[in-house]
Amino acid sequence: MSQPYRLATGGDVDRNQTINFSFDGKTYTGFSGDTLASALLANGVSIVGRSFKYHRPRGIMAAGVEEPNALVETGDNAFQEPNLQATTVLLHEGLIARSQHRWPSLAFDVGEINDKLSWIFPAGFYYKTFMWPARAWRFYEYFIRKAAGLGTCPDKPDPDSYDQRFAHFDILVVGCGASGLEAAVQAARKGARICLVEQSNELGGQLLHHPEQIIDSLLPADWLKRTVDELTAFDNVTTLPHTTVVGNYGYNYFTAIQHLRTGVTPGSKTHNPRQRLWKIRTKQNIFATGAHERPLVFNNNDRPGVMLADSLATYINRYAVLPGRSILIFTNNDSAYRLAIYAVKAGAEVRITDSRDGSEGHWVKQAATMGIRIEFGKVVVSAIGKRKVEAAIIMSLSSNNAAVEGAAETVPCDLIAVSGGWSPVIHLHAQDRGALVYDKDVSAFVAADGFEDQPSICVGAARGCMDYKTSLEQAATAGANAAFKVGFGNDTPTNISVAETVVTGATSPLWMVPAPQGSRVGYHKHFHEYQNDSTVADIQLAMLEGFESVEHLKRYTTTGMATDQGKTSNVNALGIAAQHSGHDMKDMAPTTYRPPFTPVTLGTIAGRQHGPLFSPERKTPMCQWHKENGAVFEHVGDWLRPWWYENPGEDKHGAVARECMAVRTAVGMMDASTLGKIDICGPDSAEFLNRVYTNSWLKLGIGKCRYGLMLNEQGYVFDDGVTTRLGENHFHMTTTSGGAPRVMTWLEDWLQTEWADLDVYLTSVSEQWAVISLSGPKSRDLLRNLVDFDISKEAFSFMSMKMGAIAGVPARIFRISFTGESSFEINVASNHGLHVWKALLDVGQDFGLTPYGTEATHILRAEKGFIIVGQDTDGTNTPMDLGMDWIVAKNKNDFLGRSAFDLPVIAEQSRRQLVGLLPIDKTTLLPEGAHVTRMRDEPFPCSTLGHITSSYDSPILGRTIAMGLIENGRDLINQSIFARNLDGSSIEMMVCEPAFYDNEGGKSRD
Amino acid sequence: MFQIKCPYCGNREMTEYTYGGEANLSRPTRLESEDSLALTSYLFSRTNKRGIHLERWFHVFGCRKWFNVARNTITNEIVETYLPNEQPQVVEQTKE
Repeated sequence: MSQPYRLATGGDVDRNQTINFSFDGKTYTGFSGDTLASALLANGVSIVGRSFKYHRPRGIMAAGVEEPNALVETGDNAFQEPNLQATTVLLHEGLIARSQHRWPSLAFDVGEINDKLSWIFPAGFYYKTFMWPARAWRFYEYFIRKAAGLGTCPDKPDPDSYDQRFAHFDILVVGCGASGLEAAVQAARKGARICLVEQSNELGGQLLHHPEQIIDSLLPADWLKRTVDELTAFDNVTTLPHTTVVGNYGYNYFTAIQHLRTGVTPGSKTHNPRQRLWKIRTKQNIFATGAHERPLVFNNNDRPGVMLADSLATYINRYAVLPGRSILIFTNNDSAYRLAIYAVKAGAEVRITDSRDGSEGHWVKQAATMGIRIEFGKVVVSAIGKRKVEAAIIMSLSSNNAAVEGAAETVPCDLIAVSGGWSPVIHLHAQDRGALVYDKDVSAFVAADGFEDQPSICVGAARGCMDYKTSLEQAATAGANAAFKVGFGNDTPTNISVAETVVTGATSPLWMVPAPQGSRVGYHKHFHEYQNDSTVADIQLAMLEGFESVEHLKRYTTTGMATDQGKTSNVNALGIAAQHSGHDMKDMAPTTYRPPFTPVTLGTIAGRQHGPLFSPERKTPMCQWHKENGAVFEHVGDWLRPWWYENPGEDKHGAVARECMAVRTAVGMMDASTLGKIDICGPDSAEFLNRVYTNSWLKLGIGKCRYGLMLNEQGYVFDDGVTTRLGENHFHMTTTSGGAPRVMTWLEDWLQTEWADLDVYLTSVSEQWAVISLSGPKSRDLLRNLVDFDISKEAFSFMSMKMGAIAGVPARIFRISFTGESSFEINVASNHGLHVWKALLDVGQDFGLTPYGTEATHILRAEKGFIIVGQDTDGTNTPMDLGMDWIVAKNKNDFLGRSAFDLPVIAEQSRRQLVGLLPIDKTTLLPEGAHVTRMRDEPFPCSTLGHITSSYDSPILGRTIAMGLIENGRDLINQSIFARNLDGSSIEMMVCEPAFYDNEGGKSRD
Repeated sequence: MFQIKCPYCGNREMTEYTYGGEANLSRPTRLESEDSLALTSYLFSRTNKRGIHLERWFHVFGCRKWFNVARNTITNEIVETYLPNEQPQVVEQTKE
């Protein structure tokens, strides 16, 4: 029979809409309105997963986000998603679900041996065991990694889309149980703009499975309908069902995850993204987040069939599923008696074991009246049955809760419903460092009083208030008050909903059930934390070894560190620790709560910013031409730059060599539009440059260019470039391609703060100018055909700039060279860039004009020993380290970084210096980044002299060359040192001046 | 996630700004920097205060202006924002 555990009537499921799904390859049916968990229970599936450490069979325990056991994987191929709680997955047609963490199958799992061997896996097992010998870690790691982790990642890109949005509201109400709805209605009536968020797909919270709870003389369903109808009628209320507020980041800023396609078959066409990340800014917040029921801790309390009492009530009343016929209820408070009443009405046999001495509560009396067997002062000491509960062993509890005594009675049952009291959901309050206090009445931590001036307040069960009447009053007051605080109406609520008062007996804390005297397993199977398999024995060991503080306890036993963040386990763990260490619960404040409240899919965080939208891509005006002409691109900062141009049949090495030789022997051109360019004007511009560069700028002639180094205040090089004086008070600065924004911000900083007296204006013009660097011995002859002014060596000298027309458009042409050949850097307005590029190509055919990319540039500049900031420097190099003493005007009184030169550390002898390096074998390419030692084959570990910063195969020299930062490098010139490969082998090389070609620099001046 | 009141633009999300380190440091002149203590203290020593901290912020995704902020490092409360050439009102409290 399908769904043998489904009740014939009742519940919120639609029996006319059957849904087919599969679990571990077997097909089942459920109804519309089911979660995967309720459908599995309806079909009698008791084991849904294996536990993390001991691979024990586990079943469904809870009915919501607090579920620690029922983690499943759904979907297949690209839609596969691991680690979903079966209790929060809405059933949809064709849903494919699988259990996790078992091999080869759920029923027979090889890892189960860990359970038998649990005595060798105490808390801290991995830390203690795999410490020695140190080098064996890689061996251990392979097996540990295989054993660790839950679920598997999909191996295909996520086909779904995700969305994000910002929203602003006056008041955020989290949770749509009775309290949340009442608070929202009260605030909405005053006119405040409200965002009402509910993590479940239905509004109502516990009212959805407490059908007897009368409010305003209405049944819960009717009160809910009335309230929701009223809320819906307001324009100022935004209701977000199936949305979880996962983070409270303080200052009224929240993140929430909205599920838009749960219950929808993956891949089916809808306009909706799968999830939406809301970033919500508010003024006042009401947390009506309810409470999570705690389990009771006894031997084998993790067996499938042990369920939380109120969760079982949820399955019976909301989903019409009665997963057992004979239910033993084990409780330390009155709330579980409600379940007894529901279960008997649904047709189950019920017996109650209550650890307390007695209770005069309303439901207790009602249960007794119904003839349900109730035993006070007794506890379940052990569950029996491995794959499903078969019985429970009951004993009497001693008066001080310290021991169990008397005869052990075996009670046959197929479910054990436990209730260890309620833990208010204080996560959002605590994430923003809200104060917590231990509340004796609820035996849990609640938000501290006395912070009424704060914008957030917990109400109802989230505040530890476990009855509807008081909760509704609290919520109504909070709602009206929040509206008043943001400027709407007065702080008096109107027409507060009134619930029937129910008298309940007190909760009596029972953090764990004592093990019977002489018990062989002791506390090794008393699970307080299910997902990480943490037991009472683990806590005892932690206490014994001195890990008494809550922070230590958490990390040592991993309690509360699983994906459920210990929603059901935290308070019990603290209680057990307090009991063992003799501390008072009020001194056992939980560790800091961190977002997210429930796990968040990475796709939601990424939103639309993935693939090409992950980061902006900057393109030059000539980019399309590069693409059409064989360019292979590299990313430089955000820029897309041609790395080299590949002719048919060429490889990288061949292409780059061809480009290099063209520049050295004929003429090449490069798209240098990405250079950072800053326009500087104002009467104090020269003085400003004099302060930010190490050399002198005051006397630079108009139309002249100068190379400059910028240092930070610690005296270290952080950018370089050529700056040109366009007019008396007007300069054109260039920076490295990747460094432009950083330099701009840096210059702005000094102008706005330290040197606010300087009259200087900066404008970023990087994208306004297209730049073509024409370089090579034939560059002048080529260019002559396109310009309207004299560019002879005499009329247009090296390191100067001229304005004129090129190919009919206005240009600034700079005679500066990064290749060491005679060069012209042609700057034209961006939209003329492609025109001039093509004009040069047309004329250039006769000259052998060859476009070249960044790789060739790097080789050409390295042949000349020109540095690239960020490659040949690492942020700890002074100009002197780079052999650039000549650029530091020591007579200048001040420039950025100047004073640091007086520090001993800058002046000391053993600094790393930039030198050239020539491998003895001219064909050996030194690995960039390799460390350098003084001696050949010096055994590791040994100290490094420095490292290789640049290494290339130079076509013009017919050999490999390199540069490196080497300790006292300049003293080692003409001596042999050794680059070290990862395998320890050595490459001999000769230290030399960092310049390999045309050292006199005559060619660039030509 | 706190907000900062830019003196030019008003209250904006903190993600519009970048942090620029401690404010109101005194940059030694060449002469003063021969006193290496003044220099090293300017270059390397920061107060790392628990409480009201004076610091520089840059409205990078806004008006691109630098300004100063007095922020409580315990609560992230922005006590005050002021211009680079000004002294904060809270300076008296921060002297202790």
